[in-house]
Amino acid sequence: MAKSVVEIKNLSKIFQRDSFSVAALESIDLDVKEGEFLCLMGPSGSGKTTLLNIIAGIDRPTGGELHVLGEDIATLSEDALATWRNVHVGFVFQTFNLIPVLTAYENVELPLLLTKLSAAERKEHVLMALKLVGLADRIDHYPRQLSGGQEQRVAIARAIVTDPTLVVADEPTGDLDAYSADEVLDILSRLNRDFKKTILMVTHDPRAAHHATVVRHLEKGQLLPVEN
Amino acid sequence: MAIPLKYNLRNLAVRRTTTAMTASSITLTVTVFVVLMALAQGLQTSLTATGHPLNLIVMRDGSQSETQSSVQRDALQTIKYLEGIAKNEKGEPVVSPELVVLINLPRRGQVQGSNVTIRGLGPEGFAMRKEFKLVEGREYRSGLREVIVSKRIAERFQNCGLGDRLKFAKGYWTVVGIFDAGNTAFASEIWTNADDLAPDFDRDAYSSVLVRATDAGAVQRLKKAVADDRRLHLKADTEQEYYERQTRTAAPIKFLGIFIAALMAVGASFAAMNTMYAAVARRTKEIGALRVVGFSRGSILLSFIIESVLIAALGGFMGCLLALPINGVTTGTTNFMTFSELAFSFQITPGLMLAGMIFAVLMGFIGGLFPAWRAAHENIVTALRST
Ligand SMILES: Nc1ncnc2c1ncn2[C@@H]1O[C@H](COP(=O)(O)OP(=O)(O)OP(=O)(O)O)[C@@H](O)[C@H]1O
Ligand SMILES: [Mg+2]
Repeated sequence: MAKSVVEIKNLSKIFQRDSFSVAALESIDLDVKEGEFLCLMGPSGSGKTTLLNIIAGIDRPTGGELHVLGEDIATLSEDALATWRNVHVGFVFQTFNLIPVLTAYENVELPLLLTKLSAAERKEHVLMALKLVGLADRIDHYPRQLSGGQEQRVAIARAIVTDPTLVVADEPTGDLDAYSADEVLDILSRLNRDFKKTILMVTHDPRAAHHATVVRHLEKGQLLPVEN
Repeated sequence: MAIPLKYNLRNLAVRRTTTAMTASSITLTVTVFVVLMALAQGLQTSLTATGHPLNLIVMRDGSQSETQSSVQRDALQTIKYLEGIAKNEKGEPVVSPELVVLINLPRRGQVQGSNVTIRGLGPEGFAMRKEFKLVEGREYRSGLREVIVSKRIAERFQNCGLGDRLKFAKGYWTVVGIFDAGNTAFASEIWTNADDLAPDFDRDAYSSVLVRATDAGAVQRLKKAVADDRRLHLKADTEQEYYERQTRTAAPIKFLGIFIAALMAVGASFAAMNTMYAAVARRTKEIGALRVVGFSRGSILLSFIIESVLIAALGGFMGCLLALPINGVTTGTTNFMTFSELAFSFQITPGLMLAGMIFAVLMGFIGGLFPAWRAAHENIVTALRST
């Protein structure tokens, strides 16, 4: 039996907005095993992004239990959580979120600046990550000089350059054409298959779900039972 | 490691128009600050640079300046033979009884006049002032109503050029020489023979007596000897002490400089703040991304403060450059201790430029603090949801 990477029990998230509150997540129970490629689906506003953010340590739950890689991340301080994210999680966004004034190389190097690696070691890691996403020849290009698909692949390189256990991706193909989307999904599959990364991906795209080992559905903040 | 500096530099280059505009408001502030401080500095230097360490000015006890003082002729005889006074080759004491009066002269190109110091010197007076150098014409001869004029006064006042005839007191005086006295207070004076000047102003007494001590020990002994002689009612200050006291004249200029610069600094800091708030707003989403990647609030805060300081440092550097040409330019003001014209040059020192840069950096820091704070404390999820 594989180790659990994500253990969630009775988790809830309520957004407080002025006078009324929105229950984005309600009594979520979820267990993600090491090496899984979990695909999270569901209608807009069902809480997919919120769940992903909480697991990745960029948002905090309002109730329930949450352990990621054995760590009770809800109790970590803001700074400790930042370090934890840097070491353990790679994040891929729908809108890439590369830094426009930095080149592909410099964008990928960013997370490594927070590690103890030397400049030479950083270079080795960055080039390896960019090679893995097939962009070794674009290292000096700025984001605006790249296509959407290429930008997203740089973003994936940035997410994996620290060799994190967990990679989370929020609609990584949402802004891409079909061809680029396939490239991105292939890379994520390869990361899961060949590099044993645990992957959590939110998507609306049924084709994307084919790459997953597990598919779960959210609706109105609740996780639907496993179907098969 | 912190967010790399190139991130800030390239962002500044991307929005170069805003960067330039913000920097220029800081440039303006620093220029004004440096120029006004250079004015105060130049004035101060011209006064502190005046005087030989072994020269003592003997004046009436209680008088603030030579123009208020008087030393009777019989007192001169007592002073001359005090122990500790240097002797010249002929064995005579190195002493210059002097008469200092103010006359009102019209400035060049202006009708209204300013007070100018005329100094009547004793025969030893020239040798006692190492800064003195005749640059044109010749020295005055006694009994002929001749004067020599400092270069700065000759340039700034009417009828003071070589060969000109100058009317004051009981008649006309001929300018026979132009002298240079470096950056000292003498550079704002007109000189003639004390014994020619006295009858014209109906003066019986001298204003002061300049004496040269043999050595530093003698300086102290002479001061004491003059003070202890109750009949004289005189005091002896070193020439340097005397002129240093007059540096108080620079205080109002300094105050004005700091006051105006502080007012402008408020404006410039707000300009920097505005620019940085706009920058933070435009980059909210990438700030979110930086946080996700693992950069702490502290490093975001630091990065935006640095960016603001960089703009300010650029502005400060430009401000110092812009102020630089004023260095050495001659101007004049009224010395508030003697109420006469004091000509001096603006003086920009490395220390003053450093002060200008520190001032600029401070404006950048203050302007950047709140925007950087906002950037660092934005909720990550909210930042990522922004467009
Ligand atoms: N920061 C927030 N403040 C207030 N409400 C929020 C916030 N973030 C999310 N919500 C609310 O929580 C619910 C879930 O939002 P979430 O973004 O997780 O949905 P989603 O499933 O990712 O939707 P989509 O497919 O459109 O991205 C929505 O009702 C949303 O309005
Ligand atoms: Mg979403």
